[in-house]
Amino acid sequence: MLKKLLAPVLATMSIYQANDEKVYGILAEFEHPGALMSAAKEVRRAGYKRFDTHSPFPIHGMDRAMGLGQSKLGFIVAGGAITGLALAVWLQWWTGAVDYPLNISGKPLFAVEPSMPIMFELTVLFSALAAVAGMFALNGLPRPYNPLFYSERFLRATDDAFFLHIASNDPKFDEERSAALLTKLGALQVETIYDHETADTDASDPNFDAEPELAV
Amino acid sequence: MQAQVESHGHEGDGHFDADPPLVQGNMSFHDLTELVSHHTEKKTPLAWLMAFGVASTGAALLLVMLAYQVWNGVGVWGNNIPVGWGWPIVNFVFWVGIGHAGTLISAVLFLFRQQWRTSINRAAEAMTIFAVICALIFPTFHIGRVWVVYWMLPIPNQMEMWPQFRSPLLWDVFAVSSYFIVSAMFWYVGLIPDIATIRDRAVAQGRKIRAIILGFLSLGWTGANRHWRNYEKAYMLLAGLATPLVLSVHSVVSFDFATSLIPGWHTTIFPPYFVAGAVFSGFAMVVTLLTVARRIYGLKDVITLDVLEKMNIIILVTGTVVGFAYITEFFIAWYSGVKYEQYAFINRAFGPYAWAYWTMMTCNLISPQLFWFKKLRRSVPVMFVLSIIVNIGMWFERFVITVTSLHRDFLPSSWEYYSPTIIDILTYVGSFGLFFTLFLLFLRFVPMVAMAEVKMVLPQADPHYYDDHGDGQGDGHGADVVVTPTVAPEQEGGTEQA
Repeated sequence: MLKKLLAPVLATMSIYQANDEKVYGILAEFEHPGALMSAAKEVRRAGYKRFDTHSPFPIHGMDRAMGLGQSKLGFIVAGGAITGLALAVWLQWWTGAVDYPLNISGKPLFAVEPSMPIMFELTVLFSALAAVAGMFALNGLPRPYNPLFYSERFLRATDDAFFLHIASNDPKFDEERSAALLTKLGALQVETIYDHETADTDASDPNFDAEPELAV
Repeated sequence: MQAQVESHGHEGDGHFDADPPLVQGNMSFHDLTELVSHHTEKKTPLAWLMAFGVASTGAALLLVMLAYQVWNGVGVWGNNIPVGWGWPIVNFVFWVGIGHAGTLISAVLFLFRQQWRTSINRAAEAMTIFAVICALIFPTFHIGRVWVVYWMLPIPNQMEMWPQFRSPLLWDVFAVSSYFIVSAMFWYVGLIPDIATIRDRAVAQGRKIRAIILGFLSLGWTGANRHWRNYEKAYMLLAGLATPLVLSVHSVVSFDFATSLIPGWHTTIFPPYFVAGAVFSGFAMVVTLLTVARRIYGLKDVITLDVLEKMNIIILVTGTVVGFAYITEFFIAWYSGVKYEQYAFINRAFGPYAWAYWTMMTCNLISPQLFWFKKLRRSVPVMFVLSIIVNIGMWFERFVITVTSLHRDFLPSSWEYYSPTIIDILTYVGSFGLFFTLFLLFLRFVPMVAMAEVKMVLPQADPHYYDDHGDGQGDGHGADVVVTPTVAPEQEGGTEQA
């Protein structure tokens, strides 16, 4: 039940559940960013929702091609900014004017002007912390285990290869038909990804990854 | 898969304009990965070990000097009334200033869409972090009783005392430590995709322990577009936050001086003038480091001469701004009609520290003017020497501001000629040891160029680059350009051994 409720949230983080046959999804490689983007457009047009592209660098226009809206990170950062500002005001006012008032050269115990620098610094600090923590949270990172790591070819996703992955828990997912679609869109290679649920990603092991075969 | 573009003759599609390409050598994505990652994977070169030996000896010297100072007290340094702020504060401002270039390159130039920054931002940000570490050491030990340094932080304690928030020195604690934390986070966020790159290479090479460590640090990054979306937003927001932060940090550092009533310090020009000086010295340090690193590590195609030239132009501009500020200070001292202020400046230029003042003027105002000549600002030896001269000048600037304003205070009987002790000097030398130790570790273990970012500014990263000449779907257009999809061959040549 909980799993089902969480699935759409996790899908925004590119985290999916394998189906009963342990199929995590299908992974297709495209030859360059342009091909990947037009494939993403077509996959989206075909009605898929739970798919993602993997590239060594962000591709301009991919968010639009995949039908993703604006990142919500801005709101989280705004929250961080308000927290930091409020904390700075409270800290300087309460410590200086309430908890331990000290008269120094007759200066006011609390005034906005000398409090500005720390108000500013803490606003920035907390916004930055929120930006990083929020990015990790929205992305579901850290995520040490990912069935995509079973694919030896996928190792090049961070180097010079471009992938499109359709998750098996997408309502429209059908192993054969989805693979056929990706092939039609110009995929160089399509493979089915199985979720072995082990952390062993030793690609050099000959016994490893015996199961997945090319779907097409 | 990658597309190797064999012809560059497609005009009229907006890919080419007057600007030279950001990356030379017609590099593919894989070439770039290989060129940069390779240096973190190869066997440790002997030259690196030797350099590291020298640098870490310097760092050890710093440790010994600090231990000596902690044991004996601040009296081992040359600071004494009236010069209560001697070399420690000079060195603090010097190192913090150097740090600023990294943030400027990574954040400010990012917001201004200066794509040439991509090849240098990683190294410059690393330099920032290491410079701020060096900077923080000086005030930390200058407080005298370093074991109670935590009193500067608002931590509830048995004395029920709080830090004095109305003091600029405390603003400094907050500014510099926020700056350090934000810079470190910004750097790490930028590193994640590149750590993932070398992680995947480590897996492919079967280097298990390396893969586990890098796997831990890369947080399971897969380059998913849903991740890039939030990642790019975070990066942009961090850049937007770091930009005012970097301007504020050196402004707050200047408040340490400007909010006091010492003639020569009590001026409103300090914040902008300090920031310009910080950018000036920081860019000079980046030039010093990168002219050497790009040569040793064979990164001339990535950190191109055009990039260095742009940095030299910034050095020229900021150097002139700083020089203008020196002259303005003088003018305002005269114009104010305050004789103490006037005396402070006459004493600066013609008093016992005139040698320091004119060293500063020569190094900071006059020497960068050589960069008006295109030939000189594109000459690597010239810029290397000039960048060092600039940093000597900037160190003297802080020395002049700090010492000349203090050494003759309102009571002539306490006037004194300040000189540093050998401990002062060796501590400063040691801080360079620490800086270079950290920088060498960075060069050895971290991808020194932001690979993902440089790939993004390559022409073939643009998805529309393929529109006119084959997008893999055989639409038959663009027969004039051959795009050959090939599996990248193992790259053996093309990278220089250090």
